[in-house]
Amino acid sequence: MYRSHVLVCGGTGCTSSGSNKLLSTFKNELVNHGLEEEVAIVETGCHGLCALGPIVIIYPGATFYAMVKEEDVAEIVSEHLLKGRIVSRLVYTEAISEDGIKPLSETNFYKKQHRIALRNCGIIDPSCIDEYIGTGGYEALGKALTEYTPDDVIQIITDSKLRGRGGGGFPTGIKWKLAKESKSDQKYVCCNADEGDPGAFMDRSILEGDPHVVLEAMAIAGYAIGANQGYIYVRAEYPIAIERLEYAIKQAREYGLLGNNIFNTDFSFDIELRLGAGAFVCGEETALMTSIEGNRGEPRPRPPYPAVKGLFDEPTLLNNVETYANIPPIIVNGADWFKSMGTENSKGTKVFALGGNINNTGLVEVPMGTTLREIVEEIGGGIPNGRKFKAAQTGGPSGGCISAENYDVPIDYDNLLEIGSMMGSGGLIVMDETSCMVDIAKFFLEFTVDESCGKCTPCRIGTKRLLEILNKITSGNGTPEDLDKLEELSYHIKENSLCALGQSAPNPVLSTLSNFRSEYEAHVLDRICPAGVCKALMHYVIDADKCKGCTLCARVCPVNAISGKVKETHVIDQDKCIKCGACMEKCRFDAIHFN
Amino acid sequence: MDTTITKVPFNGTEEQKKALLEVINKHRGEKGALMPILHEAQDIYGYLPIEVQTIISDELNIPLEKIYGVVTFYSQFSLTPKGKYEISVCLGTACYVKGAGDIYNKIKQLLNIDEGECTPDGKFSLTGCRCIGACGLAPVITINDDVHGKLTVDDIEGILAKYE
Repeated sequence: MYRSHVLVCGGTGCTSSGSNKLLSTFKNELVNHGLEEEVAIVETGCHGLCALGPIVIIYPGATFYAMVKEEDVAEIVSEHLLKGRIVSRLVYTEAISEDGIKPLSETNFYKKQHRIALRNCGIIDPSCIDEYIGTGGYEALGKALTEYTPDDVIQIITDSKLRGRGGGGFPTGIKWKLAKESKSDQKYVCCNADEGDPGAFMDRSILEGDPHVVLEAMAIAGYAIGANQGYIYVRAEYPIAIERLEYAIKQAREYGLLGNNIFNTDFSFDIELRLGAGAFVCGEETALMTSIEGNRGEPRPRPPYPAVKGLFDEPTLLNNVETYANIPPIIVNGADWFKSMGTENSKGTKVFALGGNINNTGLVEVPMGTTLREIVEEIGGGIPNGRKFKAAQTGGPSGGCISAENYDVPIDYDNLLEIGSMMGSGGLIVMDETSCMVDIAKFFLEFTVDESCGKCTPCRIGTKRLLEILNKITSGNGTPEDLDKLEELSYHIKENSLCALGQSAPNPVLSTLSNFRSEYEAHVLDRICPAGVCKALMHYVIDADKCKGCTLCARVCPVNAISGKVKETHVIDQDKCIKCGACMEKCRFDAIHFN
Repeated sequence: MDTTITKVPFNGTEEQKKALLEVINKHRGEKGALMPILHEAQDIYGYLPIEVQTIISDELNIPLEKIYGVVTFYSQFSLTPKGKYEISVCLGTACYVKGAGDIYNKIKQLLNIDEGECTPDGKFSLTGCRCIGACGLAPVITINDDVHGKLTVDDIEGILAKYE
């Protein structure tokens, strides 16, 4: 028994800010004070507040230390662990109130969160199966195998109204039912862990912080549909997740929770890992299966749907990581419990990866129906530097931009579609007034052009043409007709592309066009970029009152665009200027401005 | 996705080949074995030259063009080795008007390689890049983390000579 536990976050965010070194320093310091028998060090998964990493939490009391440096460790050990005095200068500032230190659950960041998929992340040691079992792990699998028939399991999932957390929001129960009804000697259960959306990292955090939950849920799915083999398709870019998954699979096999005759029943199930190799399109279900088969990861037309003919031409069930993380709690607590959270048609919670211009970047899990305002202002701590909220981008390259007008819309699958975006995997990038919406649309199109697999023409050529029009607009050569062309072309790409990548690629363009049309018009009609991002629409000018005629700018200009005599006001020839900014950088009198 | 064929001669060792054959044998008969084998082959050789693809093709009896198709589809698989020193020439506008194009050509000529390639001794690889924001120093090249600015064509030979 240990009298105290020190939890050090070992998620990717905190590891990048140096949590590995903290672990070894803590161990050394404990030995120095002779505390190694009394205090346990645990490397956990992600706590969600990545902006404040590395994070250390000490139990009992759940004292939350933020941005801990190696040199702080000695003080934490000698003060907190030895003498019982909290090192308040390192405590997460939000948790400090007039009456002392608040429990973490009462801080703004955590208060409105409700953690189901992330329930174990940051709490248990992901490399220890006993800790997972200690928090109720594998109870759901036992219950499913010994108390329920496969049809019962599917009924519970259907009744819970759980919908797929990876993008489209297809009802999970129906997916399982279709896979069960397909007749075949061999079926497969797959897990989509190829989280490719730039800005989304909830699946990674679950795999890193609670890998067993995915294994348990896949085994339950295998039992329900009649499959004995599972594959997890995980990105090769997630080395920590891969390592912990491999270890978790090994442990589960040793404990008899994977393999033959699980819980002494006649159900057998095993799981293998397959690594992706850097192709965004492999997040699409048919492309993912083609890739596991060892081919170019190109999608194929549906039908036949994977439930009928999927991996190796056999019936296959595919869900994403976050969806699976919801399964065991639903089996244990029942469908009614799950249904009690969320909105009419979107039950339960959703994990969002908060990023962009927001104070608390990180992972949050909130009940469906929470408004954007609550997420950004309360949980996210608002926008830095006193700037104003302009837009939130959800759904990654397949989603859209939500404007301030819809700040108070309850977020769920259907409402997001209605306001021109989508849930996607849950990336939520906040933008303030310094972001140009045309530039954002261009950024996502550059991504899709790069990642289009090239199999079908509308996506391969259409997205390229869209990007060209956007480039034309941001370089100051756009015309009003270009806006109509964007719309028409977007429509054709959506209608005619083979897979979801192409069908949703124009969404960033369409949603910014409809929500921020005036900004596009400013680019093509007035030739200005209101946010001041598109360089081609900006000009360097010399303030005649401030210019002393020192000639420094003229000498530094690489294209000789600046002229003027010594001690007289200089001028910039806008036709020659390449907007490199060298003049503004050199000016000692602050006389050169960019606007 | 990089489809350039490398000029670096293949110098795989017998040990590497032995390791590759072990990998192939480990996965032989497995469904969808190609992807894991390619991942492990790249770990062994550092890249996936046509010679390595040929060994895999012969051993697994999979047509070479299919393997080549898979390798070129995924951005993590590389057909060319990276040099010990990665040269990146800024081709942004400011550098370009100050002669970055000439500098780029001079490097290509001195090293006898083209964009995206690596010298036969594995020492230098070359790419062109967008503006790195050092326009005041134009023209600029970077070699690994070093930035060299205000260059003329005549400086190049001396700079490359510093990297041994």
